[in-house]
Amino acid sequence: MALNAQRRRITQQVGFGVLLLAALLTVLPIALIVGLILWRGAPAISLEFLTAAPRDGMKAGGILPAIVGTFWLTLGTAVVVVPFGVGAAVYLSEYAPESRWTRLIRIAIINLAGVPSVVYGLFGLGLFVLFLRFGTSILAGSLTLAIMTLPVIISTAEEALRAVPQSFRVVSISLGGTQWQTIRRVVLPQAVPGILTGVILGLERAAGETAPILFTAAAFFLPRLPGSPFDATMALPYHLFVISTQVPGMPIQLQYGTAAVLLGFVLVMNLLATVVRSRARARRQW
Amino acid sequence: MSETTRSEFVLTRLIKAAGYSSILFIGLIFFFLLREGAPALVEIPLGSLVAARWYPIEGFFGLLPLIGGSIVVTIGATFVAVPLGLLTAIYIAEVAPRPARELLKPLVELLAGLPSVMLGFLGVVALAPYLRKLLDLPTGLAAFTGSLLLGGIAIPTVVSVAEDALDAVPRTYREAAKALGATKWQIIWRVTLPAARSGVLTAVMLGIGRVIGETMAVMMVTGNAPVVPTGLAALFRPIRTMTATIAAEMGEVAEGSVHYHALFLIGILLFLISLGINLLAASVVFRQRTRAERVLS
Repeated sequence: MALNAQRRRITQQVGFGVLLLAALLTVLPIALIVGLILWRGAPAISLEFLTAAPRDGMKAGGILPAIVGTFWLTLGTAVVVVPFGVGAAVYLSEYAPESRWTRLIRIAIINLAGVPSVVYGLFGLGLFVLFLRFGTSILAGSLTLAIMTLPVIISTAEEALRAVPQSFRVVSISLGGTQWQTIRRVVLPQAVPGILTGVILGLERAAGETAPILFTAAAFFLPRLPGSPFDATMALPYHLFVISTQVPGMPIQLQYGTAAVLLGFVLVMNLLATVVRSRARARRQW
Repeated sequence: MSETTRSEFVLTRLIKAAGYSSILFIGLIFFFLLREGAPALVEIPLGSLVAARWYPIEGFFGLLPLIGGSIVVTIGATFVAVPLGLLTAIYIAEVAPRPARELLKPLVELLAGLPSVMLGFLGVVALAPYLRKLLDLPTGLAAFTGSLLLGGIAIPTVVSVAEDALDAVPRTYREAAKALGATKWQIIWRVTLPAARSGVLTAVMLGIGRVIGETMAVMMVTGNAPVVPTGLAALFRPIRTMTATIAAEMGEVAEGSVHYHALFLIGILLFLISLGINLLAASVVFRQRTRAERVLS
């Protein structure tokens, strides 16, 4: 009996050791990736790198057009996806009946989330670039990225809305508020931090995507800044792809520098999401 | 009708429209893929599509090397992502002390946010040269390198879905097992995991879906050689996936050409594969839920 108990304890300890090892194997490469890129990329980053256009066949100068391009693409994505996504989440959480149609909406969202990013690129090419004649442009790229990001925003926003206690709604309705007033004045304000976290993480993903903008927005080399939504643009992730695989003899330092700027952006967005979340959690009264 | 009720009426309609937009978008995606891709089925005889040679410039549109490439990389990545992802999820959900959990979860979330092109870049400049030396290969740009990277990319999906499934197992199950004298380890393997098995299965399927659809990283590190993979040795040779083919070639084809239609046809194939995987995953969850409702009511 005692022997049996001891054996069970050893099994458990070995088992927990294996689990810990797996977790470390998962996490250590992440730390390694971040460390390597920041360490090798930092020396490349200078004021000129961040504020000048590329020169000498991209082998010198900066990456400003790519940074600006990614900024506009991300902003364009946000403008489209936030109203659509939050609207859809409000519908699903506050209005949708338990019906066949609602189930169909949910299945559609799940499938949108699973469509490969390059297929979004094909779709954007077919619909926005060619059929609607937007051409290879920030507009076409933003719309493509927006539809790709939609399922992320809908599911995080719906989760945030559902987390607001039912009693809040009951009180508002019993005080004579209409359903819309209840949503607008009571439910939405309470859910804002959760929605914001989802929006930030969704936009972070959109900003880092390359495949959806390959044929809808991205320009190989375009040293001037985009002047209108109908212009093609350079973009950070696509630029990193170009200089690390398409241009022979590219200085490695510039490649790491570009990767570091992209990583810096991701880290800032991540930090922002964490801050919003933890501040909301500290302030929340339910 | 007063001003407020009218605006409320309009807003409610808009919200409903937004709710239904997802169905519209899925429909639009499928429609435009079909519109641009279906002509390929007319232009290219079926026998030529099911062939081993993809060489569009000379009119060879055999899809087998691309499908084979995707399968090889996916299997390899599954062997990385599933064990590591599931064990990590179990550790986070069941074993880790609170501080460890607070450290692990944001790191996994960070991995989910790292752009695939950045991981591809590291694959090219760091991982591939390292593996080439380590394994003494002619080139590090091979299916194996792609599998490792894609495995890493799929891990966050597997971890978060599996962790949710484990968290959803009612506390009472664990407490009952504990009361019967089970150790924590026995509870995990004999109670929690079996109870969460449909969610765990979903995690695996969604992870596989993520791998099949991944584009940039796999294009950058797998060497881009459209060769039908045969045997285990194929893992250490260059291959070419379906996604990489679209991304690499779409920029150079003329709109409306046979090649253009063929690339959209590959897109249709990818769309249908992801549709199949996601419907399957959704149905597993749904079946489990109805079963649970039957048992508990």
